[in-house]
Order: sequence, then C-alpha cells, then structure tokens
Amino acid sequence: MAEQVRMVDIYIMGRHYQVPEGLTIMTALEYCGYRMIRGCGCRAGFCGACATVFNFKNDPQLRYDLACQKTIEQDMYLVQIPFFPSAKALYNLEEVEATGEQVLTLYPDLVKCFGCNTCTKTCPQELEVMWFMSDALRGDIREVANKSFDCVMCGLCAARCPQGLVPYNIALLCRRLYGRYLAPTSKHLEDRLAEIETGKFDAELEELKNMSQDKLRRRYAERDIEPAY
Amino acid sequence: MYPTYMKESIRKVEATRERRLKETFPRITEEEKTSLLQKFHPDFIKEGMRELLVGSNKGERTPNEMADVLEGNSRINPDKIDLDKIDYDVDVLVIGGGGAGASAALLAQENGATVLLTTKLRLGDANTVGAQAGTQAADRPNDSLAIHYLDTMGGGRFTNIPELVEVLVKDAPSVIKWLETLGVNWDKNPDGSMHELSGGGASRLRLHSARDYTGLEEMRVLRDEVKNRKIDYLEFSPTIELIMDNKGQIGGAILVNLETNELSLVRAKAVVMATGGTGRLHIQGFPTTNHYGATADGLVLAYRVGAKLIFMDTMQYHPTGAAYPLQILGQLVTEKVRTLGAQLVNVDGEQFIMPLEPRDVVASANIRECQERHKGIETPSGEVGVWLDSPMIDIIGGEGTIARQLPAMVRQFSRFNIDIIKEPMLVYPTLHYQNGGIKINTNGATIVPGLFAAGECEGGVHGRNRLIGNSTLDIFVFGRRAGRAAAQYAKEVKLGTLTLDHVRQWQAELKQAGLAELRPISPLLLPNYARQPYDYLPDYTKQILTVGQIKVA
Repeated sequence: MAEQVRMVDIYIMGRHYQVPEGLTIMTALEYCGYRMIRGCGCRAGFCGACATVFNFKNDPQLRYDLACQKTIEQDMYLVQIPFFPSAKALYNLEEVEATGEQVLTLYPDLVKCFGCNTCTKTCPQELEVMWFMSDALRGDIREVANKSFDCVMCGLCAARCPQGLVPYNIALLCRRLYGRYLAPTSKHLEDRLAEIETGKFDAELEELKNMSQDKLRRRYAERDIEPAY
Repeated sequence: MYPTYMKESIRKVEATRERRLKETFPRITEEEKTSLLQKFHPDFIKEGMRELLVGSNKGERTPNEMADVLEGNSRINPDKIDLDKIDYDVDVLVIGGGGAGASAALLAQENGATVLLTTKLRLGDANTVGAQAGTQAADRPNDSLAIHYLDTMGGGRFTNIPELVEVLVKDAPSVIKWLETLGVNWDKNPDGSMHELSGGGASRLRLHSARDYTGLEEMRVLRDEVKNRKIDYLEFSPTIELIMDNKGQIGGAILVNLETNELSLVRAKAVVMATGGTGRLHIQGFPTTNHYGATADGLVLAYRVGAKLIFMDTMQYHPTGAAYPLQILGQLVTEKVRTLGAQLVNVDGEQFIMPLEPRDVVASANIRECQERHKGIETPSGEVGVWLDSPMIDIIGGEGTIARQLPAMVRQFSRFNIDIIKEPMLVYPTLHYQNGGIKINTNGATIVPGLFAAGECEGGVHGRNRLIGNSTLDIFVFGRRAGRAAAQYAKEVKLGTLTLDHVRQWQAELKQAGLAELRPISPLLLPNYARQPYDYLPDYTKQILTVGQIKVA
C-alpha cells in the first residue's frame, strides 16, 4: 500500500512546518528536528511530563492535552510546557488527620475556588476536577480520592486556575489520607505479616532454596493453579 | 477506528467468542516451552548478540545495542576534572528517581544518612509509572511465600538466584503494608481484604493493584514522601561517571545538567544505582514500553568501575504491545487485560496459546502465530499483530468491569475511536524489561565497595524471565534494602583520596582492544528521535565539540 503520505500543516511556536499525518504532537516535534529534554517522559500517557497547550490558526480557543497521546491536526499551533511552578504543602502523614479541616489547614486557599470549571475543561484525563475540589471543600476525602484517581499530575489544572490553586496536589493529599486512614484494613495482610514474623515459612523456603533443580522443576510442574476468575 | 478489512477479522473473533468463553486452551509442557522459545524468542536470534570484548563480563554475550554502550567511551576527560571542587558532600547518593531510587532515598534517610537523589528527567519519570497491572505479594490465606517462590523460579526458568528470590517473597507483604501506610490506595473489597488478581505464571491470585494505574499510584505517593521528608533531589542531572577513591571504594559521582552542560561533583560514601531499564536502546529494532530515559546508563557506569553484570543476554518482550494504531505502537497493553479474562486469538478468531503462560512464552507464541503460521493481521502501515479479545472481560466479570478495572486502557484506545469494551485490541510483542543487570547480594551490594543497586538495573532476582507484578515488588524490596544497607555502610567507611584513574584505565583498555574509535560515547542519556538535518559541518567544527555534551551523541 504505497499511498502518498498526506502532509499536515502545523505551527511550532509560531513557525510553519509540514509533517506527515498520523504523528502525535511529540513525534511531530521530533520530526521537525526538536530533541526533547523537558516535556517528555513515559511517552505513553502516564507520567504527565508532556502537558501541552494548543489552538488552531483560525480558532483561538485554547485546548489541552498530553503531547505523547494527541494526534496532530491541520493548522494546529503548539508548544510544550517545560515547567510550571506550583505550591505543595509539606506534611508528616503520621501527624495529620483525615478530615476536611486538615485539608483546609494545609491548603487554605482552597476556599478561594469559585467554581469556574476551567480546571475540568483543562484536564487531559477528562477528570471532574472542579467537582473533586468541591468535595475537598466539603471534607469528603473518599470522594476526592475516587474522582481524582486517574490523575497523572501533569499540572495543567494548576497552570490554568485563575485563583492559583493546585488541584492535583490537593487531590494527592486526599488520596494519601484515604489510603492511610480511611480505607478499611486488610486482615489477611496483617495475619500474614504476623506469620512471617514468627518464622512460619522459613523452613519451607529453606528447603526450596536447597532443592535440586530437577526436584524443583517437578514441584513447579505439579503445583495446583487457582482459577483466574 | 479499524479499517474495513480489519473489521472483517473482528467479525470472526466475535463469531467464535461464545464458544471460546467455555474453552480453556491447555498449558504447554516444559519441553514445548523450550522449543517454542528457542525458535521464536528474540533472545535466541544469534545475530542479535555478540561477545563483550572488554570489562568484567568479557567473553559473555549481550545484545549488540547493549554491547555498544557497555563498551562505550567516557564523556569526560579525567585530566580536566578538579576533584577538589566538590559541590555536594553526602553520605548516600541515589542515582535514579523511580520507585527503587525513591525507596532507597527514604530508607537511607530513615537510617541516619544525609541523602542526595539525582535523576535524569523529573523525579518520578521512570518505568514505575507505566507499570499498570500490580504488585505481587503472597498474603492471601491460600497462598504462601513458598508458592510465590516457586512461581518466580519457574517463571525465570529456574535460573534466578535463590537468596534474592527468598527475600523478594519474604519482604513482599511488608512492602504492601509500607506502601499503604504511606497512603497508597489499593483495590480492596468492601470488608477491607485486598482485591487480588491472577497473572501470567502466577498460580495464585496475588496481584495488588490500583485500577490499572498501579505504578503511577505507587510513584505519586513515594515522590510526595521524598518531598515531604525534604530529601534533596536534582532533576535533569544524570550521572555521567562514578568517582572512586584510592582504596578501590566508591567515592561519588559526576553529574551533568542536561540543559546547560554544567558539571556537578558529588562526594558520597555510598552510591545506590537505581537507573532502571534499557528499552530505549531498541534492542533488535523493537519498539518499547519504556520511558524516555531508559538507556542502561547505570549498567554502563557500574561496568566501568568493575561491577559484574548477570543475565545480560536476556530481555523481556512483553507479549502485548499495541500494534495499532500507529500513534501508540509498542505501548503497553497491560497483562491485566488477560488476567481479567481476555484471550489471544488469530485472524480467524481462534486461540493459539493459554493467555496466562509466562511472558516469554506468550510473546514467542504471538511471534510464531504471525511469522510462521501467517495467522496475524496486518495493519495499513505494515505492522502485524494478533487480537486481544477484551470484550470477553465484561461478559465474564459483568458489565462495567472494563471501565472500572482498566480506565487507562479504555482512555488510551478511545482517543483513536477504538472502544475496547466492544472491540478487541491488536497486539504484538514489545521490548519491556531488562531481566538481568548488576549483580547484587540480598542487601543490594555489588562487588564494588560502596556501590549498591536496586530495581530494574540489577539482575538475578528474575533469572531469565520476570513475572508480572514482580518488578514493582523488586523496586521496593531492593530499593529499601539497598537504602538501608548504604546508610549503614556509610557510617563505617573511611573514604580515601578521590580519583578518576578507573576512567583512564578504561580508556586505555578500549584503545588496546582497538575499540576507542569504533564505539560511541556512553552513557547514552537520551535516545535521539529528532530528525537530523543533513551533515553540513566542516571537520574542524566536529573536533572542537567537547565530549560531555549530549549533542555529540
């Protein structure tokens, strides 16, 4: 299928380039000769390093995405954001409480949120950022943890918040509070830790460690397998 | 959106789905496994590897791309470095800011050391964040440390170092507890018990996950904790050479600011190498799931000071990298998709391997299906792959299972108008993990006094093939152990005079072997994907470009 590759017009920091269609913003930058240092991380949509802002030649409305995941489009104006400053509260997790008051103590500016919803419109993960900010205001830590779970901490919400709030750090605090204090504990994990403490498995592990390879292979082949689901 | 001809194949997949739901593809025997691997696994392609000509692994085979950087030239001229001008003086230097590095830094500080963490990209830019499926730990009543041990040894073809596997499985439950205490949100049942999943090569449900963002969740928390504990860290500052002392002990490292090329000298009593993987070397031309900085830097640095590497002839090719669309070629389709019930099927909608065999086996089977049996599906850009039948998951687990358990996967494919709840994904093996690495003991110590290693850059824990969920376990088990041991070692050691004689000796050795002119400079630091202008430079310009700048590579 040797079809002619269609070329797309894009503008990197205002300068015009033509690139083959189907590239992502990141690979388009590389095609144009840019070698990334900042603004590039896992290249798979998980790390949030490549937060990007773009609009179109005849459409000034700003859009937001991850450069490694977003396919280029005709007449796109684009740039990478190397760094954006953001406030992070320092705290000792062992000395804080899982309450709404605690969240407000660490992030008092939270009350300045006036619900403009810019953060939600900005989120490349399409999370309901404004809603979890209002959950945080109400002290519903569990709901913040739930709604913000897929956050890659790219920082775009903080970059765009007119009040200078940092939703992704507030969400991280809430998730840590939830995991540490509010999630129900796992009895079987505690039991197993106690068993390990008493040396329950030591003899069997020692035996396996010293077992001949033939015998180990047999043991492996004969092991019973729990159904996957 | 799939083109029409691919949709025709999808209709065959749909037609066989109901029958396949009741069908269990038999596990293959050890003999079949061996012959499948030897015929189709990339590790067995002879031209892909060569013997190392210099260093402590001289005579041993490793992929050509790895040999190039291991035999590489130093980025520094030792005569131009003034070792009296020290910028940072610490007990423990941690090189690498992923899961292993962050764990090591936390534990070293807890054990009384002053710590500096340095990393090539940002703190947390590491393969850890891309780990989706989960972390293994034998903590359910029907499971045991012995069963976890057995599964891990079997997955590694019984070549793993037993002592390392022992501490891996023994520390595992306490790692899960440690992470929870730091605030990691594990998937749980309403009564608090862990919601655990199966995985390839694991004979029990043992994967602790956090949706399909497990590694991201672990890393977000650890990064935050490093900041909360005010541990000093430097970003965009990779290490380009280790410093020794005149007693043959580690004495520190030379860092470079990636943006300005400025050097920083660190004197450290102990160094924890936690630089992660290798995928961006694109061994045998494979695409990779790895992050941008995975270029084997730690192996190169450790090799130059005489550390021993093991299992350097085996890489892990993840069976299911995305083969379509092109934009996400080679990116990870988590094993959790198979764990939840999706089968692998060919162009006719037929199974050809039990989907939860160990990774090397499944990867080989996928290659065989495409290359030998020609039962793969070709994409418009000429890639080939097999179907991973994700819609089965909601049929097995109930509607909503995919959306709940695999939000990252749903999101990634929906960007390209593919709904994995209704349509299968096209997959092919992708370079995923470096099974081997720097040889360590159970405390992460190498044979070089003061040099410790943790995480993907060390080897021996996984033998010749790592199981799902044992890598995110490895980084915490050995990151913690190495951090603790390094702090302890730093309390006792007396540093001598700092020296870079090992670099001079290394260059002399390269010259003697006739390699100095032939090999690149290393560590590589970053792959170069930028399209290059044609070479218009006069020779004299090239001569004055100084070594040490990333531009030279």
